[in-house]
Amino acid sequence: MNGALSTARPSSGLASEASPVVELRHVTIAFDGPPVLEDVSFTVAPGETRILLGPAGVGKSVLLKLINGLIMPDSGKVLLFGEDLASLKEEQLFPLRARTGMVFQEGALFDSLTVRDNVAYQLIQEETIPDQEIDRRVREALSFVGLEETFSLFPASLSGGMRRRVAIARALINNPELLLYDSPTGGLDPITSTNIIELIVKQRDVHRTPSMLVTHRLQDAFALCTHRFDTEKDSMIPLPKGITDPTTTFLMLEEGRLIFDGSLHELLHSENKFVREFLE
Amino acid sequence: MAFNRIDRTAKQIVLTIQDYSLFAWRSFRNLFRPPIYWSDFLMQADIIGVGSLSIVVLSGISTGGVLALQSAATLSAFGATAVTGQFVSLTMIRELGPVLTGVMVSGRNASSMASELGSMVVTEQIDAMRALGVDPLRKLVTPRIFSSVAMLLFLTIIADACGILGGAGVTVFMNHQNGTQYFSMAWEHLRHPDIIQGLLKPIFFGYILGSIGCFYGLRTTGGTQGVGRSTIQAVVVASVLIIFVDFLITHVLLTLFG
Repeated sequence: MNGALSTARPSSGLASEASPVVELRHVTIAFDGPPVLEDVSFTVAPGETRILLGPAGVGKSVLLKLINGLIMPDSGKVLLFGEDLASLKEEQLFPLRARTGMVFQEGALFDSLTVRDNVAYQLIQEETIPDQEIDRRVREALSFVGLEETFSLFPASLSGGMRRRVAIARALINNPELLLYDSPTGGLDPITSTNIIELIVKQRDVHRTPSMLVTHRLQDAFALCTHRFDTEKDSMIPLPKGITDPTTTFLMLEEGRLIFDGSLHELLHSENKFVREFLE
Repeated sequence: MAFNRIDRTAKQIVLTIQDYSLFAWRSFRNLFRPPIYWSDFLMQADIIGVGSLSIVVLSGISTGGVLALQSAATLSAFGATAVTGQFVSLTMIRELGPVLTGVMVSGRNASSMASELGSMVVTEQIDAMRALGVDPLRKLVTPRIFSSVAMLLFLTIIADACGILGGAGVTVFMNHQNGTQYFSMAWEHLRHPDIIQGLLKPIFFGYILGSIGCFYGLRTTGGTQGVGRSTIQAVVVASVLIIFVDFLITHVLLTLFG
């Protein structure tokens, strides 16, 4: 993979063509101690997938929650769809959050609701969509993640991998304009991880939804970059040797600081000691 | 060192009171601003109201019975056992009905609210709800608080009635007194301020138990151990606050009505 990497399409200008979906400007946050994130700045352009790498405990999940306005930074700005989150009241944040889909680390499914009600949660709250329409959309979302048979089950009766896939279906049902994945493959076996990565690649290539994915698993991050979704075969296939997806780029955190922002090629050729250690 | 600790604790208490005040105000305001989740109101009313019915009936009957037993023993020394009915009905309606129901229901429901919401916090379900664009305060807290208010009012009326019936049972079958005399004394000496006092208190107590249960639930930190801690705090604070607020309301109403 080293040395001869190139992109399938020119990646330059992604951010410059349209205003970014997400923008962080010099964001710092601390919780009763040293900063968890310090002076972090980056953007997510329309159609772009950003993979946030870093060991456990460096503030990756905190960063995703900041993007969605679930927590606010101590200093700096977070702009979501061009809106400065700090300038909005909590009530004004809900419509913005409804435009994003978030997959939590452990799925965060509502354990007292069935899979149907979990996936349809946003639609049910709108109280204007007929039940038949909700059922149809839930089945469509579950079919996207390959879990139609779980429609009436409760989350407790699903495996860890199935719960993550239901969480992905829940995040996708309202056609979000941004997807946030918090360690979607963490703690899963390799086969289930590959299935989930395939779903993320499918969403990226079929719907072109901009996304931010947090992971510490390099194999998943590289798979995202080196594969594309083939709609005819309905599966993920590898890109030709040396070619990577131009819309998928990397960020890396070290002790709350952003130490890398670039393509897979740049990542693999980085001179940064921490990046090298992480990759090795 | 000790001064620093006192300073920190005092700040913590002030901060908690401030957070609770904002929380209680926002929950109250949500009742008048859409979206209002009526189905959640009904579901919570069923859980809180119907679910607490058995403990309220049993504790009401027992308390009324004990009051009749104790009062008859004391009143007989003055040859005034005839006023047992008046004593039981006034005590139940003005004080024991609302307070006992408030404490019993808070033991059952403030704890259940704190543990349910606390579990949702530690499993990120509350964050997931917010991420899905749904306000947990509107969806989870407001229905619980106002169902508590509405149901505690009815449960208190039931507890009052059960207490008076329990007292009647003891008066007739154990103290061998006249039942008609018991009921006529219970009825004749009842005034409107007594009823107002008895029906005003559960409104406050319902608000306290619902809001404290949800407040401590949503503040849960520290995993499953934290859920246990929140549950204990919710029950203790709600019970103590109910008794303290009862004192304040009683003082104000006695000043107003005499």
